Formats: sequence, structure tokens, C-alpha cells
Amino acid sequence: MLKQTPLYQLHLELGAKMVAFGGYHMPIYYPGGIIHEHLHCRSKAGFFDISHMGQCLISGDEAASELERLTPSDIIGLKPGQQKYTVLTNDEGGIIDDIIITRIESGLTVVVNAACKDKDFHYLASQLSNRCHFVELADQALFALQGPIATAIIRKFSASAADLAFMTAHETELEGIKCIISRCGYTGEDGFEISVANDHAEALVRLLLAEKDVIPIGLGARDTLRLEAGLCLYGHELNETITPVEAGLSWIIKKGHSGFPGADTIIRQLQQGPEKIRVGLIVDSKQPIREGSTVFNDNDEIIGHVTSGSFAPSLGKPVAMALLERHYSGLGIRLYAKVRDHQVAATITRLPFIPHRYHR
Amino acid sequence: MSNLPSNLKYAETHEWVSLENDNIVRVGITDFAQQELGDLVFIDLPELGRKLSEKEQCCVVESVKTASDLFSPVAGVVVAVNEAVVDEPERVNDDPFGTWLFCIKADNLSGLDNLLNAQDYQAMIDE
Repeated sequence: MLKQTPLYQLHLELGAKMVAFGGYHMPIYYPGGIIHEHLHCRSKAGFFDISHMGQCLISGDEAASELERLTPSDIIGLKPGQQKYTVLTNDEGGIIDDIIITRIESGLTVVVNAACKDKDFHYLASQLSNRCHFVELADQALFALQGPIATAIIRKFSASAADLAFMTAHETELEGIKCIISRCGYTGEDGFEISVANDHAEALVRLLLAEKDVIPIGLGARDTLRLEAGLCLYGHELNETITPVEAGLSWIIKKGHSGFPGADTIIRQLQQGPEKIRVGLIVDSKQPIREGSTVFNDNDEIIGHVTSGSFAPSLGKPVAMALLERHYSGLGIRLYAKVRDHQVAATITRLPFIPHRYHR
Repeated sequence: MSNLPSNLKYAETHEWVSLENDNIVRVGITDFAQQELGDLVFIDLPELGRKLSEKEQCCVVESVKTASDLFSPVAGVVVAVNEAVVDEPERVNDDPFGTWLFCIKADNLSGLDNLLNAQDYQAMIDE
């Protein structure tokens, strides 16, 4: 039985094509289509319902130190309002999920992927001691407003929110509606994420959608936007057999931290280099290469596989990310992905494909 | 409700089929198909001269999200392909019934008997 977000009826009203994703009915695109939505978000602003993602609050004096034992990142050092993109690791160094942790007044909030929600919350609840209090924020919706004019729109509702720095958050009111707003997102654009009580979700969203040049954007364009931005998607670039080093996420690892699951493997890979590594590929032709395609070098040897691939609307050509043997992962190397019976030529390219435009 | 051209025949796999002179069969995809796929970004047409059996997979249309196979409605030989859609796949989204993909010279026309008329195809997609 698929669940609905608080905006389900609004998505239908907006003409969304709905699909099953992460256990929810979610909009994949609206009548304008994926390419239109994608380009609009890069040039103006897009609204995304991401209420399918899980939210929880972990409180207590030991919350930060206990969470830091489950991730390779500096959580203890988070000051009030700061947030951190990190991962939960397993004992082999693989990734249980990628998450965002935010320090707010009452504790640390954690945002997790929809498809991992049950797994993560069981895991967190089982790993945290009784000195921490874990509560799922099941009555909170989550939205993103992303794009170059997102700040100007948020400023109409809250000057303090519009002045937030990248990866910081605060609790405020927008038109009298209490919410937690943070300067982050997953499109490569400047923007915000807003957590708000389900009961007030639709009212707030209607205000945002009433603004000129804001359109709703579905999961289809969310995926092409994050792909162009070179960002990992759980179940594609990340899973329980891929470490943060292999995924190109070494930057999330706190120096000197070794007290997290899988630390031995991860620290060894940091020192010696991993055997496989995530890369970006630009395709030479118009033929998209998709997740699961085998990748070959020019001696016809298998060197890895595609983790995500699509037409990239801002570039006007297909791009992909792949997990390749590190030996063959150098920039500029030409290789081939197998698509049906074609060998599709591609070139290893620096990530992100489109420069990030975060507000630092 | 889209208005389906009544002069065309329709396959359950969402191709439209037009019978021309000389046993030539012209094939495209329906408005329903292009709506389901979304923005098309790549079309892999069959090779000219390729011999096809009835219902053989022969063409791939790819949208941003997904790739979808097309099938030959009849047995025959590929005698024409619409190169214009290779450069501009979005033409199919803009005008699905006006944008053909390939033509087959049919060995015989018996395969056409298995196709749906506009009314029956409409009933199928309404289900």
C-alpha cells in the first residue's frame, strides 16, 4: 500500500504524473515535462516535495558523540544551526544510507532517504544508548525550493532565512507558520529546504507556488539535476558494498576519526587508494547510457559499470556516473559502455558536470 | 481525451501504422505513448534493408527517464527511416501522429489484421 505525502491532492491538481517511489505516490513530472522543469530550476526556481524522506530528532547530551560513532564525519563539532552531509557506515565500510544531520536547539535532526527510512530508524534506535532520545518526526513534511531566484523568494517571507549561509539552518516562521529552514538542496543550485508540520504544509506550498517563476518539479528532473551536479543517489552510486572513499566522498571523513563502523577499511582506502572509484562520463553521441551498463576499456576488458545515466538537459547531451577500476579512472580516458548491441563511446570527465552555485 | 486519427491502425505496443501504396507500411508512436514516455532524447532507428518478421523488436525510443522498444507490425523489409527525428527526437512529442519513424515494405499484409482500429485502441488505453 503506497503512502501519500501531505501534498498528494495538490500534485494531482497540478496535473502530475504519479509513480511509486520509496513507498510513496510521488510526482515524476508535471505537464511541462522533465526537460522544461530541469531548465527552469537552473534559470529561475523550482519547488520539490521531498516529504517522502524520513526525518527524526535525536536529543540528549550524548546525541552528537553517539551519532559520530555511527558516521565518519565530525558531528560533535557541529555548532547550533550547522548541518553536515554524511553517511551511516556498516562494519565493512559500506554505506547504509546518506543523510543530513542538523544541529537545532532541541537536538540533532537527521534526514534520510525514503527507501531506507525503516532500516535507518531501526538501526539508529538500536545503536543509540538510553542517554539519547530518538523520535521520528512523522508529522513533518519536507520541501525544497531550488534555483537562482530561490533566495529572492524566501526573502519575501523571511529576511533571516534568506541570509542563511550554505549548510546552515534555523527555526523560524514563514507567514506565521513554524518551520525549520536550511540553506541546502540536491540540485547543485542555491536553495533551501523547509521542514514544516503536515497540517500547514499545503498552505505554505500554495504561497510559494503563487510566486512568479516558481514551478513544481518532479522526481524526474530532481534526478537529472542531481546527476549534472555530480551528486550521489542511494541505491545507485551508494549502497552497502560501496565505501565513502570509493563513492568519492572522502571529504566527509573527519581527520583522526577511527571510531565508526568499517573505519579500518575506509582509513586503509584513504591511505592506499581504493580499487574502484566513482567517475563522471560524457557520451560522445546522443545515445544515453543507463544504470547497469557494463563499461569496457579500449582492449575490450570490463572495467566497471554505470551507476546513473541520463540525457543532461543543461548540457544537451547524455552524461553518466560510473564505478570504475581506479587504474582506468583518469580524466580524459576514452571508454565504451554497452547499450543493447552498441558500444557507446564516452570520455571520463571532471565532476560536477555543471558547476555548483551554492551560497558560501 | 485525445482524438485518434481514424485512418490509422494501432498496435497494442502503442505504434500507429499507416498503409500506403505498394504494400508500404509507415510506423510511428501514438500520442499516448509519447505522453507516457515524456521528453524523447534519442531514437535508434532500424537499419535500411533490414528484414523483419512480424512483431520483431526493431527500434528504440528513449526519453529522459527510460528506453522503450518498438516492434514491426508486419513482416517485411525496412525501406525508409526518418533521419530528421534522429537529430530532433522532440518532434515526436510535438506531433506524434505527424512524425513517422520508419517504413516497411510488407511481404504480406496479414499482420495488419491483428491491429486495432482507433476505437478499440482508445478503449485499450482507457482501461
